[in-house]
Amino acid sequence: MAEWQQNRARRDRRIEAGIKLAEGKIVAAGDATRLLEAVIQPGDRVCLEGDNQKQADLLSAALLAADPARLNTLHMVQSGVVLPAHLDLFERGIAKRLDYAYSGPQSARIAAMLFGGKIELGAVHTYLELFARYFIDLTPHVALIAAVSADRDGNLYTGPNTEDTPTVVEATAFKDGIVIAQVGEIVDHVPRVDIPGDRVHFVVDAGRPFFVEPLFTRDPALITETQILTAMLAIKGIYAPYGVRRLNHGIGFSTAAIELLLPTFGERLGLKGKIATHFALNPHPALIPAIEAGWVEQIHSFGSEVGMDGYIRARPDIYFTGSDGSLRSNRAFSQVAGLYACDMFIGSTLQIDLAGNSSTVTTSRVAGFGGAPNMGSDARGRRHPSEPWLKAGADADPVSPAPLRRGRKLVVQIGETFGEKNAPQFVERLDAIELADRLKLDLAPVMIYGDDVTHIVTEEGIANLLLCRSPAEREQAIRGVAGYTDVGLARDRKAVEGLRARGVICRPEDLGIDPLDADRSLLAARSIKDLVHWSGGLYDPPSRFRNW
Amino acid sequence: METLTIQLQAPQPARGRRAMAIVGVVGSGDLEVLAERVLAAEECHLEISTAIAGFGPVWQAVARDFVERRSPGGVRFSINDGGARPDIVAIRLAQAARLIEEDQPCT
Repeated sequence: MAEWQQNRARRDRRIEAGIKLAEGKIVAAGDATRLLEAVIQPGDRVCLEGDNQKQADLLSAALLAADPARLNTLHMVQSGVVLPAHLDLFERGIAKRLDYAYSGPQSARIAAMLFGGKIELGAVHTYLELFARYFIDLTPHVALIAAVSADRDGNLYTGPNTEDTPTVVEATAFKDGIVIAQVGEIVDHVPRVDIPGDRVHFVVDAGRPFFVEPLFTRDPALITETQILTAMLAIKGIYAPYGVRRLNHGIGFSTAAIELLLPTFGERLGLKGKIATHFALNPHPALIPAIEAGWVEQIHSFGSEVGMDGYIRARPDIYFTGSDGSLRSNRAFSQVAGLYACDMFIGSTLQIDLAGNSSTVTTSRVAGFGGAPNMGSDARGRRHPSEPWLKAGADADPVSPAPLRRGRKLVVQIGETFGEKNAPQFVERLDAIELADRLKLDLAPVMIYGDDVTHIVTEEGIANLLLCRSPAEREQAIRGVAGYTDVGLARDRKAVEGLRARGVICRPEDLGIDPLDADRSLLAARSIKDLVHWSGGLYDPPSRFRNW
Repeated sequence: METLTIQLQAPQPARGRRAMAIVGVVGSGDLEVLAERVLAAEECHLEISTAIAGFGPVWQAVARDFVERRSPGGVRFSINDGGARPDIVAIRLAQAARLIEEDQPCT
């Protein structure tokens, strides 16, 4: 006779082993490692919650302290490889295989460990892909998650940084997995129920909040004139003509400059209400002046941002908030929103090649993908029309009959031709290809594929790749905005002038922009302190951003 | 420290009457440009002190485009480069040219 309930029986045995250390569902922080040793089995798929923002830091330390003789060869399936402990697990042999999405702060060390064979790599994903695989072939046996507080029944309050938690719990709890949460405190009643208690098997009382990284705070004081110029070009040359209202911004300084130019430069162009009204975006402090000036109607967020909680609570017309008044973020839903309901993604990168492929990988660093490729790609399943989407589709294909013509998402790469340490942004060959060779990967880690990119903005101008009719034109359009990089210097000057005549390349003067007007006085806020003023004192920046 | 001197022909003399102008700041990633109206009207010189070697061809290209676009004839530009990127160099040169082309003499 077939056994149809083996997983459930296995789950019950795991709970039975753990419950000896618990009082109800509550386990003391000092017993966390023993709990993990009792519940997790060698070879399990384990999701250790962490992304580019929040971290289940106590549970990662507890797992690292486990006896490798009892706990080993785990298959980690997690969004972020961010804390040193995440990689120490592989050094100690507790973990062996890895499927993940983002590794920004550990990009150098993870590359070294991949080269050294310390990590058996499954794949580097986007957030949405990894979440999708949680429900198909990477379902966790055990999820180690983080919340603000819990009651004695295990109901969890995740606070503004809900992020990945609902997705991780959904995949684990409903497929006979075990969910263990670290919480900052045990309370009688949680302020709101983000995760119902019947999906949570154990709660570890950390006695302190989980770690959160303020990744989306850009100090306006560090924005350069060149970034202001690229922002002016983008607003006047892309946002305005396409009428882009629904969009996502990357985390770079150029997009922060755009946010800070809306109430000044954008206002002067009469664009208020016509562009940048609806966002899939974390609560960027740099957007506060535009919100206060009445530009923004609505924002859905992947996560929260340190210091923004008070401001968000006071602006529920703009943000999604719960019954307790604080932000409710959700990474999976916001990624889907960015993919399907936004007409534009605009962000920065490290390297762009002659076909427009871009990558943030260098030969010694593997930063992963995070969410940018979801936002920065044309959604082939999209069916609802909008003005910018239809116009971009018509740019790319002026021939097909309109009722049968796909629209296109605007995918814009913005940045200076030279990056940090004078590294050129434009290259003949991506470092990602060499990395793929060395690691014997099937795919080079390309952040945004060239055929998804519609525009490239640099201080030299805008290249509209939708209007290019051949790979050769595309190459010259890219060279034509690549400035004084080797790629830019090797342009065919005549071909580039021809592209400019056709409007494929737009120089600042073609848009009526004088580069000498790109002045810091155009920024609605020129410091973190200015942002605090704009917020009426509601924004409470982390101490590292305070210099007054 | 590497010193580069680039001498170019300018089709038009710089407008305005100022004798000199200074823009920018000496600091990491930025640069200071001193413009002086001391040359023959069809000459333009750029003297560059740079901490980063090997950017000679880039400087040549930046200087060529700058003189072609703004034609600041008669002006010598002395540049103290703090490792600035070419985009900042181009902006500072243009700012210096604009400033020296203002009407009022420098006091």
